[in-house]
Amino acid sequence: MSGAGRVLDEAGGLGAMTGVMAVMLFLTVLAAAIGLGTAGAARLVDRQLAGRLTVQVVVGEPGARDAAAARVLAALGGSPDVARANPVDQAELARLLRPWLGDDAANPELPVPALIDVDLRDPGDAAAARVAGLVRRAEPAARVDRRERWMSPVNRFLRTLTLTAGALVLLMASAAAAVVVLAARAGLETHRATIEVMHMLGATDVQVARLFQRRMARDAALGGGAGALAALGVVALLGGQVQALGSELLGGVALSPKEWAVLAALPLVFVALATAAARWAVLRRLRRIL
Amino acid sequence: MADIVQFENVGLRYGSGPETLSDLSFTLRAGQFYFLTGASGAGKTSLLRLLYLAQRPSRGNIRLFGEDAVLLPRGRLPGFRRRIGVVFQDFRLVPHLSAADNIALPLRVAGVQEADVEQPVREMLAWVGLSERADARPETLSGGEQQRVAIARAVITRPEMLVADEPTGNVDPDMAERLLALFASMNALGTTVVVATHDFHLLSRIAEATMLRLDKGRLLDPTGALRYPVRP
Repeated sequence: MSGAGRVLDEAGGLGAMTGVMAVMLFLTVLAAAIGLGTAGAARLVDRQLAGRLTVQVVVGEPGARDAAAARVLAALGGSPDVARANPVDQAELARLLRPWLGDDAANPELPVPALIDVDLRDPGDAAAARVAGLVRRAEPAARVDRRERWMSPVNRFLRTLTLTAGALVLLMASAAAAVVVLAARAGLETHRATIEVMHMLGATDVQVARLFQRRMARDAALGGGAGALAALGVVALLGGQVQALGSELLGGVALSPKEWAVLAALPLVFVALATAAARWAVLRRLRRIL
Repeated sequence: MADIVQFENVGLRYGSGPETLSDLSFTLRAGQFYFLTGASGAGKTSLLRLLYLAQRPSRGNIRLFGEDAVLLPRGRLPGFRRRIGVVFQDFRLVPHLSAADNIALPLRVAGVQEADVEQPVREMLAWVGLSERADARPETLSGGEQQRVAIARAVITRPEMLVADEPTGNVDPDMAERLLALFASMNALGTTVVVATHDFHLLSRIAEATMLRLDKGRLLDPTGALRYPVRP
């Protein structure tokens, strides 16, 4: 003899759920991976740029420029807000300019500004404003740029991607729940006679709902597990390709073990969701019959 | 003996159609055997549906096991239904379950532990003479065998009341006698038995049975004074 769990026909209309859940989970895990990856990249950008300034000493004559840069550097060195202030090597600047200016980039007569990289002790706005004031007092021709500002469009883009991915995950979860509700209703129709017998034998609505819950949970676990596994494979493949690019920004996209665990837990979340949706749908429908 | 069922001016109407049952007033006493008779369409099945709580009446009062069955909250119906065994006219066996699993269903619904299910199911299969067919699915069973599985399923929990709708309608006379003997033995154990039938040959087999006669939805013999064969 077997348990009461087989009361619903195994060949009933619920089997298609496995395939649907596989597709749902595949897409959801991909969307979640994109969301987690872009969130990671945004965090990396924040970490790398927070509290970092670039001082430009824009003086045309090289001698005067170097003297002004030295004054600014000395002023920065005396500030308690500054953790580190390093002048960018002129040769390095010439190398960066070479793609646009060719060999002229190394011409000492070229009015290239002197640059100083500054790391603040406190990444807040107040410290940045104090340092900017200090620089202007030392050299009125100097300009202070916060790197966060340069990168804010990139950051905004990354955060929009994260939010979009999050919204996609929620949409997929809602769609999965809706599919489960529809499947449960169809199942109730298919098994109407059996359910009536169960009721007449004294089964409670919760007992009947449990039959559907079990079925939905199994389908969600099988389909969702397969879909999630395939998606995790794709994510791993893409992650490997991103790492191979060697990009500092894209490096932030790489998922941490914790984020992998979150992705792996998604099928469980969907199983719980499918179970709850099936229970809700069945109980709601059963309340209408005696 | 206490009254197990009391009907007072009960009427039943499906939708906006005419009344299927009208002005039914009668009582069923615990531990008694009742035949419910009447021509096809007389309302036997509708009356039984009221008895096993598959239907609420359109009017009137029904008391079941001493409680108002009309106003019974939906959540309490399962507890009442577990006290009633039902043999449906069309058996209503669960097609994907074996004979044994069909018989075990009421025990599982009642929350009996799996370890305690097998023994009573075996006994019940032996009681209805289907020990060899325990693993057979309903589709492979004959009409008579399905009927016996349905009866075993109805009585395995030793219900206080057994309601059977034309239980001998699909079996040969010998099998009908045997099934009736099963009901009689259940009745001897204290179960109130209500059997709907239009097989007049059966009515004389249980001498102490009370007959309820329906005609066009009305009870002709609410006191049960008429018996079959009618005594002078």
